[in-house]
Amino acid sequence: MNPLDMQTSSIAVTPGTRDDGYNFAYLDERTKRMIRRAILKAVAIPGYQVAFGSREMPLPYGWGTGGIQVTAAVIGPQDVLKVIDQGADDTVNAVNIRRFFQRTTGVAVTERTREATLIQTRHRIPETPLAKHQIIVYQVPQPEPLQRLEPRAFETRRMHGLAEYGLMHVKLYEDIARFGHVATTYDYPVMVNDRYLMAPSPIPKFDNPKMHMNPALQLFGAGREKRIYAIPPFTKVQSLAFDDHPFAVQKWSASCELCGAADSFLDEVVVDDRGGRIHACSDSDYCRERREGSVQP
Amino acid sequence: MNGLTPIDLSTIGRGFDNLALDSQAVFRLALSAMSRPGDIQELTAGIESPAGLHPAAGAVLLALLDQDTRLWLSPAFAGGHVSTYLRFHTGCVLVADAAEADFVLVANVSELPALCALSLGSEEYPERSATVVLQVEELSNSAGWPLSGPGIEGAKVLRIEGLDEGFVTQWRQAQAEFPRGVDLFAASAGSLAALPRTTRLEA
Repeated sequence: MNPLDMQTSSIAVTPGTRDDGYNFAYLDERTKRMIRRAILKAVAIPGYQVAFGSREMPLPYGWGTGGIQVTAAVIGPQDVLKVIDQGADDTVNAVNIRRFFQRTTGVAVTERTREATLIQTRHRIPETPLAKHQIIVYQVPQPEPLQRLEPRAFETRRMHGLAEYGLMHVKLYEDIARFGHVATTYDYPVMVNDRYLMAPSPIPKFDNPKMHMNPALQLFGAGREKRIYAIPPFTKVQSLAFDDHPFAVQKWSASCELCGAADSFLDEVVVDDRGGRIHACSDSDYCRERREGSVQP
Repeated sequence: MNGLTPIDLSTIGRGFDNLALDSQAVFRLALSAMSRPGDIQELTAGIESPAGLHPAAGAVLLALLDQDTRLWLSPAFAGGHVSTYLRFHTGCVLVADAAEADFVLVANVSELPALCALSLGSEEYPERSATVVLQVEELSNSAGWPLSGPGIEGAKVLRIEGLDEGFVTQWRQAQAEFPRGVDLFAASAGSLAALPRTTRLEA
């Protein structure tokens, strides 16, 4: 699994130059070791939130400080990094984080999911299926799935310890009683490896099935809440549901106006000041690949 | 331990050439091993580990240990060059009681302490548990125990030279109260494999 053995096309991958004024990947070595130990335990206990000493980063909480710290602990000179925000590579959060790592590590960056070895994401999983050699790092604002139901952290910790998740089922049941369906559309709770209830970060529930048995390693970092958790490759991840109300993902009657995809997550985009709007793929790389014809519908 | 005895620094072998890049490379292999249990990673670290310490085991410890971690050394290593080497390069805290250790370095399979006697963490803090680094003669995927659990695609077998059925029983006992448990790296001279607590061994 040497990243150098991967086929990388010269056009899609941009090499970086490192600013030697920073330690490699910005964080000091002792911090990286602490994060690395937390990551290893997180992988060994899938879905369990490991506390770590989250550092102050040169950008505010809520902008991906947890994801950045996890990426900084994992990234190496051979990596090819992709950063997305809501599926797009060209939004401000993604551009800034990508530049941050170009400057502090000098790694090559790409917008293409296939070329990347390391993907940091805010709120989406790419449409292109991930592969074994890839690691995806999620930015997590609120790692505790039970927090809105039970605000006391010592109590939610105990509930995880005892796998006591009745409260979440009651919440979903109340949704059904009131609205006729489970009214959660993003950050939809999942059970990992039949043991831990986990917040998948605010990805749309459309992306939840992609977490199940994914060949890539999935890491989650919450900077403000100081938690790291993980899903190893090929691990069972189930969205909570009831037998008579099975889990279902969003569907659209429209397809992408730009590439025609009917199978991707669509954003509704306002295109003029007269109320005109179109549906377009949220995953900008997937949409472009399809328009360039490298993916057959 | 022998904190007051002067140490001849010229006898201590070299650690990582480039602390940042070498520890990252070793950590990535350890992460691959831990997330794909039973996969054997080739690990050739350019460190001068003292006699008896496998370079692969030494590299993993240099990458993960520091003054925040407690290390227990099995009898063959305790008080010798290995303890001086690891203390000098990492600043780790040596403990005499294996139950207090975050990392447990075992010189060979015959010195493996009872897994249930190690720190298994608690139900509320299962990560406060030991990581065992076990030195072995050889690792092989061509025969051995069938593995199952997270990170394992399809059928995989792992043979750790020198471990017998007694280990399988111990492993099951240590992981019986999941999420409590221990995680294990097995290191031969130039390769590394891991068994996280979620991995089931069929015997």
